[in-house]
Amino acid sequence: METLYKKVNKAALLLAVAAGAALQSCSGIESSQANTAVASQADADAATKVYVAPGKHDELYSFMSGGFSGQVSVYGIPSGRQLKVIPVFSQNPENGYGYTEESKAMLNTSFGFVPWDDLHHPKLSRTDGMTDGRWLFVNANNTPRVARLDLKTFETAEIMEIPNSAGNHCSPYPTNDNEYVIAGTRFSVPINVEGKYEDVNFSEYKDKFKGSISFVKVDKKTGDMDLDFQVLVPGFDYDLANGGKGPSSDWVFFTTYNTEQASTLKEIGASQNDKDFLAAINWKLAAKYAREGKTHEMPAYYYHNKLDEKTHIATSEIKKKVRILLPEECPGLMYLIPVPKSPHGIDVDPSGEFMIVSGKLASIIPVHSFSNMLKTIEKKDFIGDVGGIPILRYESVLAGEVKEPGLGPLHTEFDGKGNAYTSMFVSSEVVKWKLKDFKVVDRIPVYYSVGHLVIPGGDTKKPYGKYLIAMNKITKDRYLPTGPELAHSAQLIDISGEKMKLLLDFPTIGEPHYAQAIEAGKIAPNSVKFYSLEENSHPQATKKESDTRVERKGNQVHVYMTAIRSHLTPDNIEGVNVGDEVYFHVTNLEQDWDVPHGFAIMGNNNAELLIMPGATQTLKWVPQKAGIVPMYCTDFCSALHQEMQGYIKVSPKGVKTPVAFSTGGKKPAA
Amino acid sequence: MKTLHKLLLLAAAISLGLLFLFPMWKIYVQAPQYPEGLQMHIWVNKISGSTDYSLQNFNILNHYIGMEKIQPDSFQELTYMPYIVFFFMLTGALIALAGARRLVLPWVFLLMVAGAAGLADFYMWLHKFGTNLDPHAPIIIPGMTYIPPFIGSKQLLNFHALSLPGPGSIGIALAVVLGLAVFFLERRRKGASIKSAEKTLVL
Repeated sequence: METLYKKVNKAALLLAVAAGAALQSCSGIESSQANTAVASQADADAATKVYVAPGKHDELYSFMSGGFSGQVSVYGIPSGRQLKVIPVFSQNPENGYGYTEESKAMLNTSFGFVPWDDLHHPKLSRTDGMTDGRWLFVNANNTPRVARLDLKTFETAEIMEIPNSAGNHCSPYPTNDNEYVIAGTRFSVPINVEGKYEDVNFSEYKDKFKGSISFVKVDKKTGDMDLDFQVLVPGFDYDLANGGKGPSSDWVFFTTYNTEQASTLKEIGASQNDKDFLAAINWKLAAKYAREGKTHEMPAYYYHNKLDEKTHIATSEIKKKVRILLPEECPGLMYLIPVPKSPHGIDVDPSGEFMIVSGKLASIIPVHSFSNMLKTIEKKDFIGDVGGIPILRYESVLAGEVKEPGLGPLHTEFDGKGNAYTSMFVSSEVVKWKLKDFKVVDRIPVYYSVGHLVIPGGDTKKPYGKYLIAMNKITKDRYLPTGPELAHSAQLIDISGEKMKLLLDFPTIGEPHYAQAIEAGKIAPNSVKFYSLEENSHPQATKKESDTRVERKGNQVHVYMTAIRSHLTPDNIEGVNVGDEVYFHVTNLEQDWDVPHGFAIMGNNNAELLIMPGATQTLKWVPQKAGIVPMYCTDFCSALHQEMQGYIKVSPKGVKTPVAFSTGGKKPAA
Repeated sequence: MKTLHKLLLLAAAISLGLLFLFPMWKIYVQAPQYPEGLQMHIWVNKISGSTDYSLQNFNILNHYIGMEKIQPDSFQELTYMPYIVFFFMLTGALIALAGARRLVLPWVFLLMVAGAAGLADFYMWLHKFGTNLDPHAPIIIPGMTYIPPFIGSKQLLNFHALSLPGPGSIGIALAVVLGLAVFFLERRRKGASIKSAEKTLVL
């Protein structure tokens, strides 16, 4: 019976299709050809907009978080060409980051050496509310840390652990003049101001679990970070943050969820309240309270790792104290503003008046008003408090709501022309709406499940409103399939006109959560071409071939080696035994652009070195077998790169071969 | 000597000072992988380049074809040439101040000889570096030599080399031109005064 029904159905469908085709063939040829012509013209327009001719440079740099790759990737916009991948929280065998003796310390934490992290949010440094192209701040979500990348060298310059934090998701948010980079905890955990261990049960969440917001001071000249103080906040989850601008410059806003304070099955437990909160903190006032000594000193234990510019050596410093501010002791420091549940993005418009909160589970986008917020505070129009922190009345702060924006609003950026653009995770689209009347004016599908958006300078007071990049979580059929795991994709959208126009898809590495984009002219002219050999103050640097040598100290052997096109000095080494700890301190003597030398040893249980011109890097090797072991340059440096190689003679344990070394059959000459 | 002529000769002597401010000669090379180019600057007292490291980069490239390392210390000329320039500047100034008209032409002549000797020396160095190649060099192309152009351009393997006098050389040229001008102007003035003297005699 059922099969018969199916057959009839199928037949009917076939008939319908045939009829449709017949109808089309009669009347539709011309119009379908015309459609194709229009479509190909649109494609050609898009192609010319993203076409950067060979040898020409892109208009913008885009810095994308690598998400679970622990790296930052750099793309040229509008071409979508990948320019570089910068390792930050993850070891990178490609250049030895986290493997060389110099860089290992960068990944030290209070938990020991952590070779990986989940990097979510890049934020460019700012001067007067605008990106200045000096540094990029990024967060480690898993093992709480904040890193600073130097955009002269595109290297990680500094990594600081954040104590009293568990999941550093709500991070890092620089204020308008980089006074502070602000980092909030994702998970609340028991925090004891005396710094003692307490045996806490999950059931004690409401009483014992706390969140923390860290205020990291940034040195105006060097960019060096220092944890100035932390504010201990109610035990919610803190998701994202953003600083105010113009009139709201003194404030920073945080989205929270799990205001229910559930400790288990949070997908249900943290979704019970109809409203969660937007937390507003007056950071200027917080800094003032901290200066005035309102802080409690708390024992702590966290790592601060810095790369020295002259030696290229990273060193770790352990810090043992942190200053804590308690909001209940600091009136006017913090307020809570209700927002639809489980909000994600909090974005402040270029004028600094509107705080747009995107709630993934909400059907509207609430737009709060900063001036209303101040009035509400002044009138004390509170509906309650959480541990002494006033909760403002939703309706009093609200400026308006964007109705029917789409499903799953996540994050909003601005074009500086009065428009806001919100990503819709669930309905896979970007929605454009007016800040004037909160009306939706345009929408464009994205492929698929878009997370964050970025407009160059879209989080500053003057956006560069020409392009928007949507970062998608799901790619499926957009590219050639590559097995179960597919590249995440970014989509470049033209926002210069009334209607948004899709220009380009390009694959990205890891999972870009957020990105920043900046005019190329703010970075390119300062890009370092090579390091000065003269200024290299690495203690094991070898600046002349005549100074190369091999020295034994107990079971350690130190090789002071140089690399220059196209030979290693020394390239014949003997006097090494199985089980020795051999350290190759290799200095690249080149003083020219784009001439790194690589260095690798057969069977080394380690990565390679990639030594920039003028720098010194150290590779550790513990030979496992006796014999002749080759070593070579791994980066194709010149026509005789293949010849840039040598041998090490490894003698069995206990065999006393005297240390000897040479190049070209003789000891290295002057 | 007329005051104006004395000043002109003084200017000639001083213009030689350009040799200490600018290179005498510049050699530019360009290759596909060196779009930004490399420059070698030859001064009266040193050899340098467009960057602090140009010389090192020239030497790195040159070692593949077995060219001898260019080391400024090995050029004796660079130590004594500045004194020769000082000598011409000093004597030029003294001749101008003393108004020693008869010494102007010998000064100019000597300067021209010195300049020519400098050029000849430069040419010989180019020839020596370009032909005296290490027989064990990695790249040997039978019959190929690498003499950079003395003046003008030349293709050397993948490198396009261009050689031109630098602003320092203008100092010498200026000194010669001014010196000669003073000599001729003075000669005409002298000729004119003799003629006018003859005239008075006739009258």
